[in-house]
Amino acid sequence: MTLTIDGVYKQFGRFPALTGVSLEVRDGEFLSLLGPSGSGKTTLLRVLAGLDKPDHGWVYLDGVDFLALSARERRIGLVFQQYALFRHMTAARNIAFGLEVRPRAARPSRTEIAARVEQLLALVQIEGLGARYPAQLSGGQRQRVAVARALAVEPRLLLLDEPFGALDTKVRKELRGELRRIHDATGVTTILVTHDQEEAMALADRVVLMNHGRIEQIGAPAELDAAPASPFVFTFLGETNRLPCEVAAGVARFEGFTAPVICPAHPADGRAVALFRPEDTRLDAGPKADGLPARVADIRGRGPVRSIACQVLGGQRLVAEVAEVAAERFEIGQRVHLTVRRVVLDTNGAGRRGASVEPATAPVRLTA
Amino acid sequence: MVALATPRVAGGVAPRRRPWREPSVLPGFAGALGFTLLYVGLIILLPLAALAARPWEHGLQGVLDAILKPRTLAALRLSFGAALLAAFVNVAMGLLIAWVLGRYRFPGRRIVDALVDLPFALPTAVAGIALATLYGPNGWIGAALARGGVKVAFTPTGVFVALLAVGLPFVVRAVQPVLDDLDASLEEAAQTLGANPVQTFARVILPALAPALITGFALAFARGAGEYGSVIFIAGNMPGVSEIAPLVIVTRLEQYDYAGAASVGLAMLAISLLALVAVNAVQVAMSRRGGR
Repeated sequence: MTLTIDGVYKQFGRFPALTGVSLEVRDGEFLSLLGPSGSGKTTLLRVLAGLDKPDHGWVYLDGVDFLALSARERRIGLVFQQYALFRHMTAARNIAFGLEVRPRAARPSRTEIAARVEQLLALVQIEGLGARYPAQLSGGQRQRVAVARALAVEPRLLLLDEPFGALDTKVRKELRGELRRIHDATGVTTILVTHDQEEAMALADRVVLMNHGRIEQIGAPAELDAAPASPFVFTFLGETNRLPCEVAAGVARFEGFTAPVICPAHPADGRAVALFRPEDTRLDAGPKADGLPARVADIRGRGPVRSIACQVLGGQRLVAEVAEVAAERFEIGQRVHLTVRRVVLDTNGAGRRGASVEPATAPVRLTA
Repeated sequence: MVALATPRVAGGVAPRRRPWREPSVLPGFAGALGFTLLYVGLIILLPLAALAARPWEHGLQGVLDAILKPRTLAALRLSFGAALLAAFVNVAMGLLIAWVLGRYRFPGRRIVDALVDLPFALPTAVAGIALATLYGPNGWIGAALARGGVKVAFTPTGVFVALLAVGLPFVVRAVQPVLDDLDASLEEAAQTLGANPVQTFARVILPALAPALITGFALAFARGAGEYGSVIFIAGNMPGVSEIAPLVIVTRLEQYDYAGAASVGLAMLAISLLALVAVNAVQVAMSRRGGR
């Protein structure tokens, strides 16, 4: 069951939501559409669900024109951020809805439906809650019902639109793992829309990073990490420091050290601004070490990693992430030398957009 | 902390119960509650009590005699029957109008929206004269209908028609905000699950609107049962045929039969109260099922 999206355009008034999106989704794949708000990821999902019609372009499922089918003919499962459960029905009736509305000839018998509902309740691990109304369930339980309801029709595609957005962090993490388990158990091709890079990277086989209605990069999470296609990808996927540098022959030269440029592939020589990750930043306390001289300004964080904010002599603050064991060697006010493992050149000012680290607080996650 | 959580330990009082007085940002609870009770008592309870106390000068038999007169019974039946019927029709038509106003954008929508409120705003007697003129034997509609052998004015049908006009805004205004707030994703969910438009409406939208429809029904019914001004001209007031209950009260009063008038009033009050309780029971049952 291969889903082919080919050159899809969609405009809302004068706002271009999708500008020529092409993409192939493999059978049984867990794909994530990631991007800031307004990047077109939800529009693409709604086009796939049949709730929005593209102005231009094609969508095929196994070679069959998907756009010619109405939403109710497509047999897809759609899960909404706000659950969209039917409030006047019990969880069990909600789950059974897709089966009960089938024409008489295609409708399973009452006992078959009841058995299927039980099975689905077990799959999403809320056995025994079938008789409850949505109002009597927690947010996490409601979303489980919504997932079960979407799966009841044995969808050809499971589409999820920010399904964890309304849940608190702990429940969100728990449900994330559940969703992956359910995907692996059912084998249904799954497309998850999210603006949370951590969620996308943790869950998906491949991530489609979107921006301004276009696809910036498609790849496995590790590929996106190792070889970002643009400074936007780099800044969107994690925290970044900014530092001016001088580029020559694919190497960025800073005061006291150099670092290879991983993006763009063939950087132009000359002055530039480098972006780099806190985890790619190394601190050395030795008095004669190489690197940019700096002074430790703040040490924060818990668990295995500490964020150490350093004040460069020019006044700039840069953040390094250091293992807890190593972090014990540093103290506030100490002189250190800073080096960087790899950098991305900020060719279009992408790093400026709220992506850089706030040194005075715990690491800020970039969310749209 | 422990002592705070279990007041029994701290002060030897009974286990914690939900306090009947929730903390409030505004002070003056005692005064506000006192005023509320006084006002409700003065404006609502006192007149009702006076009505309930009035008819007993000839004893229970006197009250029953006044109510059980065929003419009174017929009037009560007409008032409540026509109100019930009109409320049902208004629920259907009000839902339709609220739907059209809420879901479609067409030129003049705001004007239609404003027109719905007109029966609220119009003095009822004005509405009554207008209806009587329109449906009278020489009126535009009345004349046309008369040619077809249908008589509306001065018949129970006339009462029904007047109550349709009076009750409509109650249903529209009760349903409209709920319909506007209805989450579009509910319909989209039903659609993607394979429901056709009829199934989506019957199984998803209608149940979500049901509480508002019942509220609208109750308001339209209550208003219709007691309606006087807009009905009186078109009804014709033939005793036993097209005479409404409020008119029976007025007639009794004009004959200085205060006890009789109060008896009929008491009967209307009792029926209305029963209807109110029934509507409430349905709503409680529904909110217990779904709720917010």
